[in-house]
Amino acid sequence: MDRFLYLTFDGLSRGAVYSAFALALVLIWRAARIVNFAQGAMAVATAYAGYSVADATGSYWLGFVVAITGGLVLGAVVERVVMRFVDRSSPLNGVVVALGLVLIIQGVLGMIYGNEYRPAPAPFSRDAFEIGGVALLSRYDLFVFAAVGAVVVLLTLLFTRTSTGLRMRAAAFAPDVSRLLGVPVGGMLTLGWALAAAVGSLAGMLVVPTELGLHPNAMDLLFISAFTAAVLGGLDSPVGAVAGGLLVGLLLAYVGGYLGATVAPMAVLILLVVVLLGRPDGLFGKAKARTA
Amino acid sequence: MTIVEPVTTKTKNQQKSLRIAKLVPLLVVTAGAIIVVVLTYTLPPFRNYQLATIGAYLCVTAGLTVLTGLNGQLSLGHGALMATGAYTLAIWQNKFDLLLPGIVLAVLVTTVAGAVIGLAAARLRGPYLAGLTLAVAVVVPSITSTFDRTFNSDQGLSVALEPPPGTIPVEQWQAWICWAGALLTVLVLAYLVGGRFGRDLRAVRDDETAAKLAGVGVARTQIMAFVVSAACAGLSGALFAVLSQSVSPGAFPLSLSLFLVMAIVIGGLGRLTGALIGAVLLVVLPSAAQSIAEKAGSQHLEGNLALTFFGVVLVLVMLAAPGGLASWKARRKLPTQKG
Repeated sequence: MDRFLYLTFDGLSRGAVYSAFALALVLIWRAARIVNFAQGAMAVATAYAGYSVADATGSYWLGFVVAITGGLVLGAVVERVVMRFVDRSSPLNGVVVALGLVLIIQGVLGMIYGNEYRPAPAPFSRDAFEIGGVALLSRYDLFVFAAVGAVVVLLTLLFTRTSTGLRMRAAAFAPDVSRLLGVPVGGMLTLGWALAAAVGSLAGMLVVPTELGLHPNAMDLLFISAFTAAVLGGLDSPVGAVAGGLLVGLLLAYVGGYLGATVAPMAVLILLVVVLLGRPDGLFGKAKARTA
Repeated sequence: MTIVEPVTTKTKNQQKSLRIAKLVPLLVVTAGAIIVVVLTYTLPPFRNYQLATIGAYLCVTAGLTVLTGLNGQLSLGHGALMATGAYTLAIWQNKFDLLLPGIVLAVLVTTVAGAVIGLAAARLRGPYLAGLTLAVAVVVPSITSTFDRTFNSDQGLSVALEPPPGTIPVEQWQAWICWAGALLTVLVLAYLVGGRFGRDLRAVRDDETAAKLAGVGVARTQIMAFVVSAACAGLSGALFAVLSQSVSPGAFPLSLSLFLVMAIVIGGLGRLTGALIGAVLLVVLPSAAQSIAEKAGSQHLEGNLALTFFGVVLVLVMLAAPGGLASWKARRKLPTQKG
């Protein structure tokens, strides 16, 4: 029972990171109808930048800010320089271009930093406090919950309470009408990508200390897990993404804890298959009319 | 005056040219076989090995370009399918050491795996399918470590291989084996794609509803496309096992699957010539990047330079000519037709 409780909290903490990452995928999907397969690689890139600054200055928080800002800039650049010019006649094109970006980012990171794991220390202790004799949560877990919670609240406020959020939703929902009404649709798209990449960078910064360390391929599995979380939540629903992330985190923690760490990726694959075949619109998605 | 369109019946000449057109793949493949055999006698061993690698890549790129280019299904999991073929051959070889039945078995096992993925794929579209196949590619090391008694986790398996008959050098023997597989693949695919199956593939890709109305089984065609393409990937994986005489998850990383997509996109989606261009690039570019890295004396450049270069080329080609290099000529001739 103690182990079950421990795994539950561990799973929620991981799940919070998956939620943030899935949220980043959903943001771009809603804005541009593209699943950003380069999200993982972009997050690794900003995490490298963040930890380089942290190592150079000795301040984790400066590095943290650099990573998030780097995410904003990288997202905007990727949208403005590359994604905007993708031929949208086939949905495959966006995916293929994103994969090209993955290769570029991983290659450049490897050239600069090499392909070894680079240690990435956590800003808070990862030793769990004992509550009633059971080790449940570490300070770092609390930091993760707080950071992801803050992002969720800020995004909700942005999209429901501000005029910028309203414009972003309008630009995604009806680009032509919005343009007639004076909404800078292109700018909103760039903003959406920037925000999503910043959220992805946050998730990257949060997950790196809990893994083996920084590596150009460090986020491959995170991407799969977050994609599963986003699909589980319906790919179109921010609430679904958060719930999906927590569910995937719990599943991974239980499978990893009881069956062994090497089984966890297979569990993600099986979950993804089950969701895609059983409920392709996700637990929270609305069923759409078939096109064929 | 009424203009009546003449009913097009094929004249004798047209029928004749049609019959010749049907022979073209056979002629091209025969010519290819002669060129390869001649080349293997003139090239030094290392070049022969590279030639063999091109052949092994050609199997999988040809199959993938049929799936992605002609049927519109993007698979990021073909590296995993290659791993399936390679591991099957390795396990078989270590027990029986009979190469040809082993390769056939590898193709069969991968075909079954492909059918399973294809069943799921037929219900999925665009990014969903890409995400699912990506997950398949990522999961390979996890499977080899979980069932380490069979697959020996990260170390992988060695592949027992009988020495080539007579006094033929190993590299030349490997080149023959790989190109026999590649040319057979190309021949089969060319006839498949040139016939009714190819029309069905394109019909389903372009408009599923219209295809269905015209009596084409959409799901059946999509599954068949996956099965055919998986068989090619299995053959390619088995050939890679023959080439390196070992298999390990490190030989089939996620980047391999991405490289394959890159190769067929750059070569030109849906064209077997594009698959050949892609296969050549997959061998030539890393080797060129390797020699640059060696000259620069930087360890970090090794491998990563090729990765970056691939990425840049892929993005540029997608932005400039989504039809790939092989489409440039065709595009100029028919500017309105989409590739």
